[in-house]
Amino acid sequence: MTHATLTNVPPSTERYESVIEVRDLTVAYNESPVLWDVDVDIEPGKATAIVGPNGAGKSTLLKAILGLVPIAAGATRVYGAHLDTVRNRVAYIPQRGTVDWDFPTTSLDVVTMGRYGRIGWFRRPGKADRAIAEECLAKVGMSQFAKRQISQLSGGQQQRVFLARALAQEADLYLMDEPFVGVDAVTERAIVELLHAVRDAGNTVVAVHHDLESVPAYFDNVVLLNVRLIESGPVSKVFTEENLRRTYHAPANPIGIDGTTSPSRSGSEMAPVKAMLR
Amino acid sequence: MMPLAFLGLDITWDATLRNVILGSMILGLTSGVLGSFAVLRRQSLIGDALAHAALPGICIMFMLTGTRSSELLLLGGALSGLVGTLVLLAVTRWSVVKQETALGIVLSVFFGFGILLLTRIQHSGNSAQSGLDRFIFGQAATILPRDVAVMSIVATVVIGLVILLFKEFKIVTFDPAFAASIGMRPDLLGVILAGLLVLTVMIGLQTVGVILMVSLLIAPAVAARQWTTSLAGMVMLSGVFGMTSGVAGSVISSLVDRLPTGPMIVIAASIIVIVSLLFAPRRGVLSTYRIRRTRARQFRAELALTDHHGVSRS
Repeated sequence: MTHATLTNVPPSTERYESVIEVRDLTVAYNESPVLWDVDVDIEPGKATAIVGPNGAGKSTLLKAILGLVPIAAGATRVYGAHLDTVRNRVAYIPQRGTVDWDFPTTSLDVVTMGRYGRIGWFRRPGKADRAIAEECLAKVGMSQFAKRQISQLSGGQQQRVFLARALAQEADLYLMDEPFVGVDAVTERAIVELLHAVRDAGNTVVAVHHDLESVPAYFDNVVLLNVRLIESGPVSKVFTEENLRRTYHAPANPIGIDGTTSPSRSGSEMAPVKAMLR
Repeated sequence: MMPLAFLGLDITWDATLRNVILGSMILGLTSGVLGSFAVLRRQSLIGDALAHAALPGICIMFMLTGTRSSELLLLGGALSGLVGTLVLLAVTRWSVVKQETALGIVLSVFFGFGILLLTRIQHSGNSAQSGLDRFIFGQAATILPRDVAVMSIVATVVIGLVILLFKEFKIVTFDPAFAASIGMRPDLLGVILAGLLVLTVMIGLQTVGVILMVSLLIAPAVAARQWTTSLAGMVMLSGVFGMTSGVAGSVISSLVDRLPTGPMIVIAASIIVIVSLLFAPRRGVLSTYRIRRTRARQFRAELALTDHHGVSRS
């Protein structure tokens, strides 16, 4: 059995087929790059946090992987292929604040949108899709809010609806942009449990995350990012005081294109690091 | 065809009036349906710029061809409307000017230029020009059977595409980033919606004119949003509100002397908006006020209870 031979291979964190490969990725909205020459590999079956200061390009990294922003240089591959061929294996949870929650629709309807990619153009969601949506809404503990207008949900409930929509995609890879922002403690625990359940079922989770203290408890791997890649790997190895200092001290302008170097970050930006190191 | 006979209205029923009512009805339905998307996508004011920017195109088309045909004139209007919209998008994207400012610039520059051309045409002594000013405030009485036919075709295209692409329009309107992540092409769908917006605005220019057209996009949609909990419900109700405004406006203006049809349609739509904003359940002003007052009373009652406990225990 191949499985038996695999177990004979000495365990090494470097040996896996990457779910996501990012090579030499550079993204620039204006003159200064948002991401500069980033190389990242995402390990399958693990929960990975993308961590870094504001403006470090965390969300942009997710969007570049999803083909939502133009890439200036480099390439990304998902499951070893172009994203277009594997879209149905990928679920994306945008930041909650990016949509209009006064849109006339219900929780269940938003979750059903998770099926749209599989349904394809022109066709309508059927009974089976609605059943899956209801199931996913139940998984996030929101069944009783199925018919509720999304404008009447709390922030945490809205985030759960977004999670349920991602579950309805029945994907293997879950890309989440700040899933814990603006949610209550109960929802945060529920999301973490769900995130771990999704991972333990063999799926891969990648989340942009801003709360340094919860990284070791929530995630297996971490990508430290500040325009450039600072370090990536298992939390136990990479999530160190030294690396965090490098991440949060690093100048925003990676190579000093205009001939100057940015002053190192001070005060508020370093606060999370200081809190961590106490 | 006597769609209004059941209303038992005592109106002189002639071909002109029938065209006006039919045209206004089709226009209201179309702009109501498409207006829902324009409002939810926060693009209703783009429709306004589009309508105003159509005027110079109408005039230029007349100067070039000397035509009286509405279709040709509106084709010219559509072209300059598109130019105006592209200028608006370009200014917003490439300069430091914000969108609402750019909107003001495009709208007034194009409209001003249109008025300038119109004034020159009117003083040129060309008798064919009479009635070109109908595109400013609209003149429904000039609607011919031909125009009604064109309006019906446009309505069929708009409503047909909205039905066919309903799921796609919904997802790119609600969550464009997610839509793109599942391969839905928000850019392409946005272009299609913009194209439908151009068509809708053009069929409205003859009836309500370049200045008031935007209200037919906004008013039915805003009113419909108050009463429904689903996008499909909003789109359908908005179509019904638009249609009702069109019929009511044209009928009322035919009953009373010297009441212009276009502005009357807009007033009818506005009345629906006001009623909806005030009286709709849950979202209406009165309803939210009542809910807040009830809550406050409950809180006061609870506080009084706990206070009482505090007193009795001490």
